[in-house]
Amino acid sequence: MKHKSLILWGILAFLAGCSAPKTGSKTTLNVWHWMTDRQSAFEELAARYETQTGIKVNFELYAPSDAYTQKVRAAAQGENLPDVFGILDKKSDFASFVKAGHVLDLSPYMKENTEEWKNKFFPKALAVNEFTEGNSYGVNPGIYGAPIDVMTIQMLYNKDLFQQLGLDPRSPPQTFTELLDIGKKIKAANLQGMVSGWGEVWMIDCFANNYAFNLMGEAKVLATVRGEVPYTDPDWVKVFALFKDLQDSGMLASGLVTMINKQAEQLFANGNAVFAFNGSWCVNVYKSMNPKLNYGAFLPPQISDAYLMRIWGGAGSSFLVNAKSKNKDEAVKFLKWLTDDGQQAYLAEATSNLPANRNSLKDIPPILAQFSEAMETSTHPSTWGVSEFSAVIEAFDKGIQSIIIGEKTPEQVAQEVQKIKERELARKKAK
Amino acid sequence: MKIKSTLENYLFVLPAVTIFTVFYIIPFVWVFQLGLTDWDGILPTKQFVGITNFKEILFQDPIWWQSMLNAGYITLIALTFQNALAFLLAWACDREIRMKNWFKVIFFIPPVLSEVVVGLVWQWILNGNYGLLNHWLVRLGLSNLAHNWLSDPKTALTTVAIIHSWKGFGWGFLIFLAGLQTIPRELYEAAHVDGANAWHSFRKITMPLMVPVIVLVAILTVLGTMQAFVLIIAMTGGGPAYHTQVPVLRILASMRGSSRFGYACAQGITFGVVLIIISFIQYRFSKRAKA
Repeated sequence: MKHKSLILWGILAFLAGCSAPKTGSKTTLNVWHWMTDRQSAFEELAARYETQTGIKVNFELYAPSDAYTQKVRAAAQGENLPDVFGILDKKSDFASFVKAGHVLDLSPYMKENTEEWKNKFFPKALAVNEFTEGNSYGVNPGIYGAPIDVMTIQMLYNKDLFQQLGLDPRSPPQTFTELLDIGKKIKAANLQGMVSGWGEVWMIDCFANNYAFNLMGEAKVLATVRGEVPYTDPDWVKVFALFKDLQDSGMLASGLVTMINKQAEQLFANGNAVFAFNGSWCVNVYKSMNPKLNYGAFLPPQISDAYLMRIWGGAGSSFLVNAKSKNKDEAVKFLKWLTDDGQQAYLAEATSNLPANRNSLKDIPPILAQFSEAMETSTHPSTWGVSEFSAVIEAFDKGIQSIIIGEKTPEQVAQEVQKIKERELARKKAK
Repeated sequence: MKIKSTLENYLFVLPAVTIFTVFYIIPFVWVFQLGLTDWDGILPTKQFVGITNFKEILFQDPIWWQSMLNAGYITLIALTFQNALAFLLAWACDREIRMKNWFKVIFFIPPVLSEVVVGLVWQWILNGNYGLLNHWLVRLGLSNLAHNWLSDPKTALTTVAIIHSWKGFGWGFLIFLAGLQTIPRELYEAAHVDGANAWHSFRKITMPLMVPVIVLVAILTVLGTMQAFVLIIAMTGGGPAYHTQVPVLRILASMRGSSRFGYACAQGITFGVVLIIISFIQYRFSKRAKA
């Protein structure tokens, strides 16, 4: 009898432990992210938010970004995404998350109080998270994420090495020809030219697209993505050919085609390369690697006067609210608070990243200001409304690597990329 | 009574069967099922496409077959260079040499190191700009040999294969050593009395008795090397261009880069079939060698 009552009490205690939390207990928001350099700043902001509202926010860091991406996908498949998360994938994958019902449309919240929240952001930062009317992804129009910072990707130069080469450290090259001439000087001085994460391929895509916009304009680039202009078009061949010119001039650092961005950042920060092609996040990275690095930023030099040079920029990182979360209203409130002027200014100061809130740009370092000024000329594939096939992007990027290592000609690569494009278009049509 | 006894027996193997079914059979069936769809890994809908993915792999994906050839080349280096080195070192350590226990420990260090760490350290050593290897080549007056080992398409794959062999030879060494130690010493003593020299003993005693061990190491080497990818990601990321791409990297590229989970599953199945065929051929060869 004694044993039976003990077992009964044990079962009751177990069931009590398994029951749902009591109503009125403190809400805890879970946020998943991949930003190693921002974890301590996020934790500080979470502590401030808890003091102000009593709501606890857990920032859970999963790095590197590849592992994070896998975790988010697995969680989406298992229907256990956290209250707030980010997506690092392409716009087409972002669209799949939305269509699967994982992401809350923030438009109604953005529109409250005469669009008070929406107006705080750089429009280009919001555009990355937006699906417009009649978008090619078949997603209901709306804004599905809140940007927390913005970025632009530009060229950087080491002012001390410029002086060593007999160049004016206040005047970075303005034209592509000037850039190639500097490449010859770099080669003669046995220095390393430009470093970048071109082993990770997406940065090659970014560099090539800058020049595609410059050579043929936005309309033709987007027509190519839609399949209306072939990659064998002479303008695209010129884009491929500029990589050969860069390689031949000595502008590209040795080993660039297998270099990951972290290595490139180390080389540039340690004064081992004259140029770098990197995003605005590099300000924080270089500061931690070499606070005395004397460098400046500039737009990639124009190769043509036909069209404006457009660099990649817009939202760096964004947070989305899980549409299936029971805390979604609290999560939206938290995102509003996180992207408000004071918190954004703190994040910019603590992490040297460009804030997504345009009211928080005061007091940023001069080099970061150079990056923010370029925001006006920026573009991003996520805002184009159409996405290139992944297989085409891969063939495009790997083809450029082949040109750099002298294995293929620009014409050969153009033909190969077009062949893949036609295959993918046929596959899409067959669906 | 007999039924009870049979049920009892089944009960004993039930946990193992359950674990095997849940963690091997069911995932395998799912992977095969997904290989017949065009699932993107996110949407809940999976469109059935039949054997389209398999047809694309077989007839329209030359990069996949190039990656297979690359893996084959790395495997060939591992089978020859890595296993010959492992066998020679095991043979040396099996003899009465000084400090042999110390050597055993040293030779087993590379396999226990993390592949990412090994990849990054070797990438640093082989770096064309500031790498140790080039530094020493220049200091030794061999500056014409100094270049970017991992970015040059002529040397990238071979370099990766050699580093993979360096990383993996310790396993073969250990298995060969265990095999050599099972050979009765009396056989060597008898051969010595009969006038056999070291080469004769090696050819007539060591080699025949080591055939099963050599076959085992060869099968493990092929299966392990064909599936290598961590070291390659850390060293070259599969580049330059497609020169160090291997099948597992292609599967990852389909899953993560292209969001084609269905296609990635079909690649996984195809790759598995190729590995089974290779293992079967090796098994047939080993049977013939034993005979």
